[in-house]
Amino acid sequence: MRSTGQTRWGLAVAGWAVALGMFFPILWMFICSFKTEITAVATPPAVFFRPTLENYYAVLERADYLAFARNSVVVSLGSTLLALALAIPAAYSMAFFPTRRTRDILLWMLSTKMLPAVGVLVPIYLLWRDLGLLDTVFGLILIDSISVLPIVVWMLFSFFREVPAVILEASRMDGATQTEELIHVLLPLCTPGIAATSLLSIILCWNEAFWSLNLATVKAATLTAFTASFSEPEALFWAKLSAASTLAIAPILIFGWISQRQMVRGLSFGAVK
Amino acid sequence: MATVELRNVRKKFGAHEVIHGINLRIEDHEFIAFVGPSGSGKSTLLRMIAGLEEVSDGEVLIEGSPAQDVPPSKRGLAMVFQSYALYPHMSVAENMSFSLRLAGVPKAEREQKVRDVARILEMEPLLERRPGQLSGGQLQRVAIGRAMVRQPKAFLLDEPLSNLDAALQGQMRLELVRLHRELNTTMIYVTHDQLEAMTMADRIVVLNQGKVEQLGSPLELYQHPATFFVAGFIGAPKMNFLDAEVKTVGEQHLTLILTSGVCVAVPTPLEKPSGGERIRLGVRAEHLTLEPEVAPGFSPVEGVLQGEIEALEHLGPRAYLHARLVDGTRLVSQTDGDTQARIGDRVSFRVRSEATHLFNAAGKALTRSGPQATAD
Amino acid sequence: MTGTVATRPARHLHARSLLAPSVAALFLWMVVPLAMTLWFSAERYNLLNPGKTAFAGWGNYRDLLTHRALWVAMGNTLFLVGLVLAITLIFGMLFSLLLDQDFPGRHICRLLVIAPFFVMPTVSALIWKNMLMNPVFGLFAWITRSLGFGAIEFFSRMPLLSIALIMGWEWTPFAVLILLPALQSLNPEQVEAARLDGAGPIALFRHIQLPHLLRPMAVVAMIEMIFFLSLFAEIYVTTNGGPGLASTNLAYLIFRDALLSFDVGRASAGGVIAIILANIVGLFLMRLVGRNLEDWR
Repeated sequence: MRSTGQTRWGLAVAGWAVALGMFFPILWMFICSFKTEITAVATPPAVFFRPTLENYYAVLERADYLAFARNSVVVSLGSTLLALALAIPAAYSMAFFPTRRTRDILLWMLSTKMLPAVGVLVPIYLLWRDLGLLDTVFGLILIDSISVLPIVVWMLFSFFREVPAVILEASRMDGATQTEELIHVLLPLCTPGIAATSLLSIILCWNEAFWSLNLATVKAATLTAFTASFSEPEALFWAKLSAASTLAIAPILIFGWISQRQMVRGLSFGAVK
Repeated sequence: MATVELRNVRKKFGAHEVIHGINLRIEDHEFIAFVGPSGSGKSTLLRMIAGLEEVSDGEVLIEGSPAQDVPPSKRGLAMVFQSYALYPHMSVAENMSFSLRLAGVPKAEREQKVRDVARILEMEPLLERRPGQLSGGQLQRVAIGRAMVRQPKAFLLDEPLSNLDAALQGQMRLELVRLHRELNTTMIYVTHDQLEAMTMADRIVVLNQGKVEQLGSPLELYQHPATFFVAGFIGAPKMNFLDAEVKTVGEQHLTLILTSGVCVAVPTPLEKPSGGERIRLGVRAEHLTLEPEVAPGFSPVEGVLQGEIEALEHLGPRAYLHARLVDGTRLVSQTDGDTQARIGDRVSFRVRSEATHLFNAAGKALTRSGPQATAD
Repeated sequence: MTGTVATRPARHLHARSLLAPSVAALFLWMVVPLAMTLWFSAERYNLLNPGKTAFAGWGNYRDLLTHRALWVAMGNTLFLVGLVLAITLIFGMLFSLLLDQDFPGRHICRLLVIAPFFVMPTVSALIWKNMLMNPVFGLFAWITRSLGFGAIEFFSRMPLLSIALIMGWEWTPFAVLILLPALQSLNPEQVEAARLDGAGPIALFRHIQLPHLLRPMAVVAMIEMIFFLSLFAEIYVTTNGGPGLASTNLAYLIFRDALLSFDVGRASAGGVIAIILANIVGLFLMRLVGRNLEDWR
């Protein structure tokens, strides 16, 4: 939309104010990660200081930090892969062989997400305990993949539906079996959509807090648990906490920025192009 | 022998039947067109032959053996889709060789076949490009090329030209006919455009609401339409229709009285209608001769239709007069390109009675024996 | 001779078997834990005394429903859900309208605005609690002290509102993430036609932009509601439900009963109540989105 010079300036000021305002807490934490502990708690808050990397070294040297990080990575990737393995065939079936039931099944899948996790905390906890899944990475993968499955199916479904059916018919005429159709035509065409879906899944699993905090507190604890344990830090740990937190959120932030447009297309179910 | 035969083929979507018992035999090497308005079932029929739609009832025979349970890729047919349906992530060459690749044909042979086809279609420079970089006409060629590489028993074409602009359509029509002659392979061509069917096909199947209205050569359909629908569908401009009632029935001639009160005498058909029966009289634009204005008072004169010119279309070698008759009926008449007629002029048309078509209330044509007049 | 098609039943079977694993997994996920929760909710079962289980019938429910705690938690839950939904939708819409305008750097601004959504909830809570809202060392405290007011004790004085603020910060970007592209997908010709008809910015918003946004807003509301009802991490990290019950929501209450008091019976009853609540709130929203899913064939 064209704006006059003056309105453009006004809008720029407003826009940047909002953007910086929203981003400020993250920025502040990022800045604090380069301060020494003393500088970090100084009042008035230090804006000019000599940056240091000592906090990052300290965090990365901690063996348990790396363990937490590794758990986060394994759980996120594992859950995403498991969810994809279940969701790709399901979405394919619903997108290309829709029946009268398809809409209901999709809505039902979404409705399972409505089940508040807390409602089944008790049985899952007990089940996991009895199955030996408590405090294991695999236990977290199982529950995260189920949690994220409806969204992954939803997004893949909407991306698959964007592929014109004629192209798949053409491949059928060319002699492709169903698997060949999937591998040679559908998946290559949907790669950006699958990538965006996977990234969203990774983000959701990485940030997942409820189950991580309740089911995996020691050995399989993820970065979520690690950061949560600093709920009452003494002041002397703030700079290091900032460094640890920055490391914890940086990859996801970048993933999010890269994939946000594609993610939205899938999530909005075609409401947004 | 790549014949395709349909025996009592039906198609249901749920409880709704869209194709009602079609019987058809398509001969080897012929170029046959399925024509009809949208919803007539022509695309569905083609897709059933291809194997992309299931046959609810009846048989599809390819080269004499039942094929309705055979998967599409094993029927030995190739399809050119209306929207081309090319694989956007593959190059033109890869698009064309995909079927061979799936069949396990070695690379060298694949490349050779693609090159051969590309040469015939004059599209060698396009081989490494992606579909996204091509124009409509080029995409068309690639789609045809992809079908040709498979050396099918028959080509199935689903409105392949409808996405092209008019000039390109004309050019591609000729190319397809030339290709058909060169490859000598059966082509089954679906279109909603009767002109395409008339100019390209050896035989035409006119479909309407899931039924075959008529099957015949273009000339047959034009000169001897079997139903009211075919008469109105084939030929441009559309045939003129006049509602009438049978006044008298004789051995050689019958008299019809039109709604305007004008009487017209036409040769008697083989199946004589009864007196008082409602009949539709069909007459093509070229069979209405312009008379000098007969009577200023518009009083009815036998065999002459009187009215006023509403619109004129000048096409160069000829012109079409659109007239509104005394009783409100509209007519199109063909006349010389250098006509002096103007909008608002009073005109009279004489009907060439031997060139008329009669249709009963059920839409069936009442045929006559003996030669019908052909267009001059 | 009928031509029955062997390909049809085979293809349908195939389609169903592709769908089956996901459906089975989700079904198990729903049925098994749900059944167990229902079962436990009728038992007196404490993990500290695992041997001594007794059938309690409605006992746990009576316990819960007659004590303040549950009602306070439910009230807090609904309050939080409602407030944060309102905040995110309103500010999400406003920010989207702003970012839809053409000004230099709007693309970067967009990235900055959506960033908070990708931050781990525990980290978000930490940033707000320790760096911003901390009455001693926090930035807000410094600002208010410099201006002459004392420090605001966010989490002691207004714990629920503080949490709502944090949630608003985290989830407004999500609303923008969905609403902004929706706004930008508005057919420019429609906007031009409206302008030619004399529509100013307010009329444009009311008659063209808002109706177009109703569907994505419904999607946002539905997704957010799912997450807000189970809101947990932020409370865990900041207030632990306190002071007292002031910032305890249903999720935290059940967590407390289950994993802090080890009272499985009561926690399960709470879980059932949470599920019922979620269904009531959710059914309404789902109808909305479901209706919008009508227009695909």
